[in-house]
Amino acid sequence: MKKLKKTTAIDFATYAGVILAFVVITVMKDQGMLTRSLKGQLVPICCYIVMAVSLNLTVGVLGELSLGHAGFMSVGAFSGVVAAMGLQSAIPSEPLRLAIALVVGAAFAAMAGAIVGVPVLRLRGDYLAIVTLAFGEIIKELINCLIVGVDSQGLHLIFNATGTKGVSDLGLLEGGKVLIKGAQGATGTQTIASFTAGFILIMVSLVVVLNLVRSRSGRAIMALRDNRIAAESVGINVTKYKLMAFVTSAALAGAAGALYGLNFSNLVATKFDFNTSILVLVFVVLGGLGNIWGSILAATVLTILPEALRGFDDYRMLIYAVVLILVMLATNNPQLKALLAKLIPHSRKGEEANA
Amino acid sequence: MNDEKDEVISMEFLSYLISGVSLGSVYAIIALGYTMVYGIAKMLNFAHGDVIMVGGYISLMAMSSLGLPWWLAVILAMLVCTVLGVVIEGLAYKPLRAAPSLAVLITAIGVSYFLQNSALLIWGANPKAYTPIISGAVKLFDGQLSISYVSILTVFMCLVIMVALTMFTGKTRMGKAMRACSEDKAAAQLMGINVNRTISMTFAIGSALAAIAGVLLCSSYTSLMPTTGSMPGIKAFTAAVFGGIGSIPGALLGGILLGIIESMAKAYISTQLANSIVFAVLIIMLLVRPAGLLGKYVPEKV
Repeated sequence: MKKLKKTTAIDFATYAGVILAFVVITVMKDQGMLTRSLKGQLVPICCYIVMAVSLNLTVGVLGELSLGHAGFMSVGAFSGVVAAMGLQSAIPSEPLRLAIALVVGAAFAAMAGAIVGVPVLRLRGDYLAIVTLAFGEIIKELINCLIVGVDSQGLHLIFNATGTKGVSDLGLLEGGKVLIKGAQGATGTQTIASFTAGFILIMVSLVVVLNLVRSRSGRAIMALRDNRIAAESVGINVTKYKLMAFVTSAALAGAAGALYGLNFSNLVATKFDFNTSILVLVFVVLGGLGNIWGSILAATVLTILPEALRGFDDYRMLIYAVVLILVMLATNNPQLKALLAKLIPHSRKGEEANA
Repeated sequence: MNDEKDEVISMEFLSYLISGVSLGSVYAIIALGYTMVYGIAKMLNFAHGDVIMVGGYISLMAMSSLGLPWWLAVILAMLVCTVLGVVIEGLAYKPLRAAPSLAVLITAIGVSYFLQNSALLIWGANPKAYTPIISGAVKLFDGQLSISYVSILTVFMCLVIMVALTMFTGKTRMGKAMRACSEDKAAAQLMGINVNRTISMTFAIGSALAAIAGVLLCSSYTSLMPTTGSMPGIKAFTAAVFGGIGSIPGALLGGILLGIIESMAKAYISTQLANSIVFAVLIIMLLVRPAGLLGKYVPEKV
């Protein structure tokens, strides 16, 4: 009973910490205490936090490595941009349009997650990793072939597979607008994303992920992670729970992508490549697998750090790589584990078992 | 008139087929490295593709800066990559032998990023021009069909390596030890096989092959940058899975089929979507036959 309260306390501390950070940063922003570059980073940081929290659901809680998380972000970003720009005349209110865009982004990414997840989650371990990687690459190439425009008659969409078609083939009426120009990506997007929206998205994803993890389904998902065969033999539906975690994770990544897409006037599909997936993975691993507030902290610090330290940028990815290797070596070292268990009697492992 | 047109079309088809087989041979050589390591260490060595890139740079430096002849450059690249492979295995993978596969996979991604970014700092981000080790081409059918010597060399090397490896794993003591380790490590150890040394040896052979693949790959694409190895590496893994991971003939078959699929997709469907088509083939393959074309299905023991 006491242990149970402890996990609840950690969850509430996480919520409180995020709210406090939001209040402090908003006050600092209003007082003009933030530099311009930091202000520009606020929305991307929110997006990366949501990405890290959602990837942690797949990697930390479900225990499956996904290397295509940026692919879901990409699906969310481009569908969100199309939704927001397409409704520009129909819905004048910016916050409402942003909310609709986030929901559309999440819905499309969830659909993509289900399409990839249903067949692929039957595979195990390394195969899943390589297929999610392949999926990320496929999404990138498909969006590079997409030309979308909008006019008074509705959306126009062509798929430019052979590279011979252009914007003029859309057949837009006068006053129509091109939203996505193939490899050039989305251009002229109205930037309606705001820090407040980012904060709300973080809170929503925290509520979703933490409640899922602490629920009966969450325990089933963690049981699958720890021992699939044992979990299956006590009647846990493998596909159902794996898919639940995977699709939730994809939907949140899609919402984060939509927010990200609406924060920049220009956006290309190559932004969401393998490197972005790895970057988010570094956040998750560094923050601790299965540790939600760790992901939030790692995403924030690792997004601000390179901005803060100039000249560090050349070495950033190199340092990430070394950090990734060292964290893995350290956390899987039996001697170190035994030492930690002695020093901290109530380690995270015991807590999870009792949660 | 019509016949002439048909002939041009069939020549076109033939040249795409040949470039597909040549590309596929490179994939097959890379896939061998993946397949051997996967068969024995049961891990996906994500950094394998980047060892190819290192092999490319070393051979380029040896030829352009040191002025060595091409065969010496290839040997030097093989030596450096072999050492690199063994060092990577010893420092990053050996301590994780008992760790869950997720941890090993993340470490391998870390190593891959480390190699790419080190190359970025050492050699710069700009693509470097790579002089093919052999230039020129054979002209057939009154010059309608030309096959570059690099393509012929690639296919030839692939076959030589394949025969040599099959003999090595079948006849030599070390090869037999490797097969024993891939069947059952604990039982192999009881029979007096040094498992750690066998795994190191596998990494050494795989990395030496990666160096050869690097030279051949750069010779046919004639350019080299720090990310050169990653895409062919991923595709070669796809090929290894396609043919059946752990199987040497499977790597050859998977590599060549994948090369042909990619070349044909580029020529007749869409250049932009060629990679997507290759990966879609992988996904379908995994769903229909998870063990690959020549792989054997091993049920999980509890």
